[in-house]
Amino acid sequence: MTSGGDRWAKVQLARMPGRPTALDYLKLAFEDFVELHGDRLFRDDPALVGGLARLAGRPVVVLGEQKGRDTKENILRSFGMPNPEGYRKAVRLMRLAEKFGLPVVSLVDTIGAYPGVSAEEHGQAWAIAESIRTMLSLQVPVLAVILGEGGSGGALAIAAADRVLILQNAWYSVISPESCAAILWRDAAEAPKAAEALQLSAADLLAQGLVEEVIPEPSGGAHTDPQMTAATLKLALQRHLDELCLLGGEQLVAGREARFRRLGVFGETPLP
Amino acid sequence: MALDKFFRRKRPKAAVSEDVPELWSKCSSCGAQIYKRDLEANLKVCPVCSHHHRISVEERLRTLLDPDSFEPRSGSVHPRDPLHFVDTLPYTERLKRAQQRSGRPDAILAGLGRIQGSRLVLALMDFEFSGGSMGSAVGEELVRAADLAVELHLPLVVVCASGGARMQEGAYSLMQMAKTIAALGRLAAARLPYLSVLTDPTTGGVTASFATLADVILAEPGALIGFAGPRVIQQTMRQTLPEGFQRSEFLLQHGLLDLVVDRRQLPSRLHALLSLLKGAA
Repeated sequence: MTSGGDRWAKVQLARMPGRPTALDYLKLAFEDFVELHGDRLFRDDPALVGGLARLAGRPVVVLGEQKGRDTKENILRSFGMPNPEGYRKAVRLMRLAEKFGLPVVSLVDTIGAYPGVSAEEHGQAWAIAESIRTMLSLQVPVLAVILGEGGSGGALAIAAADRVLILQNAWYSVISPESCAAILWRDAAEAPKAAEALQLSAADLLAQGLVEEVIPEPSGGAHTDPQMTAATLKLALQRHLDELCLLGGEQLVAGREARFRRLGVFGETPLP
Repeated sequence: MALDKFFRRKRPKAAVSEDVPELWSKCSSCGAQIYKRDLEANLKVCPVCSHHHRISVEERLRTLLDPDSFEPRSGSVHPRDPLHFVDTLPYTERLKRAQQRSGRPDAILAGLGRIQGSRLVLALMDFEFSGGSMGSAVGEELVRAADLAVELHLPLVVVCASGGARMQEGAYSLMQMAKTIAALGRLAAARLPYLSVLTDPTTGGVTASFATLADVILAEPGALIGFAGPRVIQQTMRQTLPEGFQRSEFLLQHGLLDLVVDRRQLPSRLHALLSLLKGAA
């Protein structure tokens, strides 16, 4: 279990330039990727990519939150912060997966959903809620991996999965450390304190029972050896998919519901 | 999450202003001086400009349900402090203060009641308790309210008022979004109506989960409803906000709500919807 004040260092690693992104893993760990575009309503969101691919030969639908690899691409992909049309594309692809009996593999990497005027006008909250609802209802296996950043509802929107895995230096929480610090400490510069308080590291999440497995990264971080990280990730994905593919649709839905039903920590006193 | 901005803001002063005698209130929207009793009798809707002032959970119960019809079912679930979270105050201390002030263990009150004779399960979020934020206890109470509706074969009505998911419980709070949505799935499978009423304000992880997945989404006039708070958008994105941005009427125009309903008409509209959704049964 991680503690000892290194959570902020991990947040930095999760954001390291050169850290493999969703499309990098699609190249390194998957085969035959065909990217599919658009929500059929408004536009294609480059911050949330998706399509058909194979994982060790097995056809799957892949969703991925996609950061840019340089400034220009980051502007195009709104720094990996999806708009509602991104989540609506995800929902469309989830339905496609269900129709053809394909497992869904979801690659999560966002600091959060895009906070903008157009995003609000197009129902950002509505799109996220619908994405979670759809994912919970799918009668096919759903596997999610937090690749780098798992920021709030924008991450959970594509992580309502049967099993949630997380890379060793990734984080996942209710809010980014900067936003948390801005609100609770009234100073975004207190983000390191917020990162500690939120207990957002991979090891924390495993201890909290909120993820099923931590995928190890090369020492120094995923960016030091993307090939090796992708190979490790691929083996873990295969192993979990092999197990999940043994289950029927209704079993999967019931198990997924039960997984989320038990998440939370509270006390109980009988009513008078 | 978009939580939050609300913690910083001064508590909404329920239309009371210091420069008027105690019997009088000043509308925080149009500035009209209103005899306090008149404002109360008008369900805290300004008789001059119809501005809907925020009301407490107790006032909401009184204005929505038939007299003496409420049977509380929440209150046994208590929040914990799984992360031992401390910001400028320990989370346990924040909880204690909010509990003492409200007399509730957390930011929700749920139970059985009647609206113009129709029985239903009602859940009310308490914005005065930690900004109505949703942690594990609020999520659990919502799930139990939905399960109770399934068990008793009754519709569910949720009145939302929340800054979003509660930061002090970290990822546990985030998970309540999926947990509450899963509970609504069971309600939908039983073909029971679920209506949500969005009130000022409803933002963040609450808007992005159960609040917007209702069969019919109603909102009070002028309520702030959205994912990211307006200040976040303005500051981080340096965008100027359109007029009426994220207010009920704006969202209605953008196709995100079914109805904007005056507080004084809310019981009759809810009753009408519930009776229509009962179908031929």
